[in-house]
Order: sequence, then C-alpha cells, then structure tokens
Amino acid sequence: MADLALTGITKDYPGGVRALAALDLAVADGEFFALLGPSGCGKTTLLRTVAGLETASAGTVRIGGADVTRLPPGRRDVGMVFQDYALFPHMTVADNIAYPLRVRRAGREERHRAAEDVAGSLGLETLLARRPGELSGGQQQRVALARAMAARPKVFLLDEPLSNLDARLRLEARTFLKRLQNELAVTTVFVTHDQAEALAMADRMAVMEAGRIRQVGTPAEVFRRPANLFVASFIGSTPMNLLPGRVEGEQITVAGAVLPLPVSARGLVAAGEEVVFGVRPEYLEYSGKAADGAFAGRVAVVENLGGSSLVTLDAAGQAVHALVGEGREPEPGARGWAVPRPDRALLYRDGELVVDR
Amino acid sequence: MTPRDLLRRVAFAAFVALVLAFFALPLLWLASAPFDASPSITASVPDFTFRNFRALLDNPYAVASLRNSVLLAAGTALLVVALAAPAAYALSRVRVPGRDALLYLLLLLSSIITGTAAMVPIFLLAFELHLIDSRLGVILVLTGGLLPTAIFILKDFTDATPVSCEEAARVFGASPLQTLRHVVVPVVRPGLATVGVWTVAQVWGDFLMPFLLLRDPAKAPASVIMFTFYTEGGQPDLPLIATFSLLYSLPVVAMYLLVSRRYGFRFHGGTKR
Repeated sequence: MADLALTGITKDYPGGVRALAALDLAVADGEFFALLGPSGCGKTTLLRTVAGLETASAGTVRIGGADVTRLPPGRRDVGMVFQDYALFPHMTVADNIAYPLRVRRAGREERHRAAEDVAGSLGLETLLARRPGELSGGQQQRVALARAMAARPKVFLLDEPLSNLDARLRLEARTFLKRLQNELAVTTVFVTHDQAEALAMADRMAVMEAGRIRQVGTPAEVFRRPANLFVASFIGSTPMNLLPGRVEGEQITVAGAVLPLPVSARGLVAAGEEVVFGVRPEYLEYSGKAADGAFAGRVAVVENLGGSSLVTLDAAGQAVHALVGEGREPEPGARGWAVPRPDRALLYRDGELVVDR
Repeated sequence: MTPRDLLRRVAFAAFVALVLAFFALPLLWLASAPFDASPSITASVPDFTFRNFRALLDNPYAVASLRNSVLLAAGTALLVVALAAPAAYALSRVRVPGRDALLYLLLLLSSIITGTAAMVPIFLLAFELHLIDSRLGVILVLTGGLLPTAIFILKDFTDATPVSCEEAARVFGASPLQTLRHVVVPVVRPGLATVGVWTVAQVWGDFLMPFLLLRDPAKAPASVIMFTFYTEGGQPDLPLIATFSLLYSLPVVAMYLLVSRRYGFRFHGGTKR
C-alpha cells in the first residue's frame, strides 16, 4: 500500500524532443487513477517512467514516500500490465503467473500455490497448463493481471489495458477491472486514450496534451467543468458545443442568440469581451416551440444514438448539437430551439475556463 | 468437362510426372546403387548385396572422414550460433546509424570469403597464422563466411519478438542475465536451431575450404574424401561412391528430423498485438 508522488518529471529524448515537461502529479494510496490523452501526448512515457523502464531527465518519483527515481524497475515494487500483455509465449499460464516469484527464487511448491491462488481469484484455474497462444484476448489479459498481482506490488501500472479487446469484451473487462481494483485497494495508474474508459473507471484522472497535464480531477469534475478548451473538446462521447461569443452586460451573444451569462462566470467578465461559450449537448433542452434565451435554427441532421438522438441545429451559420430523448426527435428541416442549462454552461477566455477560484 | 479441358489436364499431369521423375531418379539411384553388386550410373533394381559396405569399411579414410565432417560441422555451428546470437540481439535492440547498410555490406562480402575468388588470400592468411592442416583453421574460415548470413537470419527472429516481454521480466525484477536465460533465449530458440541446422548443412556440403586448407587425408572431411574414390585404373569407384553417398547424406536427414521434432520449427503463437 503506497501513494505515488511525481515532482518536476521531465523527459527529453535525444534530438530535442521533449516528451514530458516538468510534470507534478500525486496519486493517493488505493486510488484508481487514469492518465488520459491523445496518442503521442506522453502518457505512456509517464507510466514507463514510473515503472523505471524510462529514466526521467529531471524530477523525482516517490512510491510510498521512498525516492525510487534511480532504482531499476525490479526494485520499485510495481506490477505492470503491458498493452500487448507481454506474456512469455514459451511458458504455461501457471509459469507466467508465478514468474515474479521465480525471479525471487521461491521454491516450486510456493510458486505453484501462489499461481493457483491468484488464478483462482481471476477465474483462470482451468487454464493453468495452457500456453498464452491458446488463450483468447480476454483470458490473456487476465493472465497478465494475475502475473502483476502475484508480485504483490505496491502500485499497479496498466498500459492501455482494454485496447486489445473487442468492443463487447471491453465493457465486461471494464467492470471487472474496477471491481478488482476496489477489492484489492492497491494504488493503480492506468493509461488510456479513450475518454469514456477513463470516465467510467477512474477515481481521479489527469488529462494530458503534448507532455503536459491540462487538468486533474474526478471524472465528474472533468466532465462538467473542463478547465480549458482542449479538455472540453477531448472529453465526452458527443463533443461539447464551443461557440465564439461576445459578452454584453449580463448577457452574451452567441450564434445569433442572446443568452444569460453562465452562472459560473457571472461577475468575472466585462462587457465587450470576446469569449467562447461552451455547453454539452446533454445540457441543452431542445424544443419545437419558440423559447427565450435559446439557440434558434433549422434542424440540419438527426443522428440516432440508440436511447437518444443527436440533433444538429443550424443556428446563424453555427452548428449547435443537442441531445434529444427517445420519441421526441424532430424532422430534419423543422425549426427548433435549444435552451442551455445556465448552471452547466461555461465560458472560456483565452482557452481557459472563466471560473471563481 | 470438355475434351479440351481433359486434354489440358492430361498434359499438365504428364508434365508434372516428368519433372518429378527428373528429381526422383538421383534419389532412386542413391537408394538402390549401394545395395547393387555391380552398380552403374543408372538406377535399376539391385542385385542385392551388402558387399559394398564391407568394402567401404575397409577403406582407411572413409569412416574417419565422416567423423571429421561431424567435428567441422559441429564446431562451426557452435561458433556461428554463439557469435551470431549476441550480435543479432544487439543489432536488433540497439539503434546504430547505418545498421542496415552495414548488414547488407557484410552479407555481400561473406559470399566472397568462402568463395573461389578469395581462395589464394585465404590460403596465404592461414599459412601465415600456421593454420594450414588444422581443423581449427577450417572452422574459423567457414565461421567467418557464414556469420553475416546467420546474423541476418537471427536478427529477423529477434526483431519479431516483442521487446515488451523483456521489459516485463525486468519489471518483475529479473537481472539482465535472467532475462536472457528465461525469456530471450527460449523465445528465439527456433531461430537458433534454424541457424544451427543451416550451418551444419553448409559445412557438411562444403568442399573447397577443407580441400584447400587440410593436407593430411586423415583430417579430411567426407566431402573431400569422396573425391579420392577412384579405382587403380583411374575410373570412378562406383560401388564405393554410391555406398559412401548414402552414408554421407543420412546424418543430415537424421539431423533435420531430430531437430524439427525436438525444437519444432513452429512459432509458439505469440501474444496479441
């Protein structure tokens, strides 16, 4: 059981590429923490730096208070699950799981018992004699997890744990992983490029871009109040509406509509300021009747998402997306109005959220 | 089926049969001639006898030459595998500028080393190093000639094995030596076996280098000794040559069977990518 603290982590690759730029990050003991970002943002490099597979150019890594920056991976007490699982193809499942113990020169008896123990808790007991090549993707992933668990590490590191599973299995594995982490209560950091995965699984998450952390918070915080335009456009299955507007007293003009200022920004912006108005499609109330403080326009496209539909309104040349419940879908071409919830709408100035700190 | 189609199929079958016969005849000869009382250069139903084998055993150099072949082949194979494996591993894992160019250059030069073109310099070099008439000399020259290709083949094998396996071992505390022993060697073992078998087959069939560098017929390998099987009249001694050819080819066949059963030229079925 240990917390994880990173201070000033910088990673430069030869040739002047800066993968990580002075990152600070603290993960509490027992927390399920997600590193989220587009590919190439440095999230995997950060994870590998914690594991010791990469050495930071500057900064310190602390696990459970102890400085491990200069320690080799094997002495950091971390268990890692690799994106391709990295199972040893020539060993049976049992030997794979017990490998950390073999390195510690545990006896055959003890290794067997440990492998059976861990395999039992992950539903792998019938597969112990097989080789990784004879397992399905989901089973391979659980073997990789079991191997990491057998080492009884202080911290689990998971590199894109779900990306190699097919869509159906991914949902199952998501629930499974979250429950497992909850039961083990071991500090866990996982890397993902899928915002839905991070929102669903993590206790807290960090959103990264180009080697920097752009926001750290709980999934709810990150979803409701993205700290900047990057996070706002990255998080959410249906992208947030981000529309340029101009402040006019207690109101704001956006896409031909005059709307009340969002609650969070009241008193923080001056008249005449150019800002970006942000509201998620989920927080727009669509109506077929004219309403005050609403985006007005013609319905351009209706996309069926299953339980709801995504309606695209053409409001004064700007596309405004709104989520509409089942059975209330408008016809394309109809006139429509969409009212933003004032307590969920946000304002961004120079790319950053306008908020009372 | 139209008559035209039928004709085409018959013609095709006849052609295949002809090609097959062309390649099968020498093998047929190899199987029948050693047991023939008076073998000729044609394959025929033998007038069955074991006398030829008796004659072969009476030849002072025949059996010893097979032993020499085994020594040369095994020595070269060991040396090639032992040297090519670390080189291939390093070339596969470490980024060296101009790595591929280097490899192709070596590959190109290697065909010269054991080729006829370098015959004289190799002989002079061996002479200066006092390696004439020494098995070690032959082994060293052959190793030099085979190494680049061996490295090339093995590098391909190591390239195909994911680095993450080694990283996993490191994360769980394995030392570099343990990583090598537990993970790298077992995973590339089919590659090592391939290179070993390939080297043995190359050396087994090589004539020029041992012919050039070994003076003492007691040290000559089978490929060279076969060249000396003439009757007093200067005619090829066909009974001896046929029988020896059979003994000469059997070890290679046996090796292929053994190795493919033991290590299996199969892939373990890696992890998902």
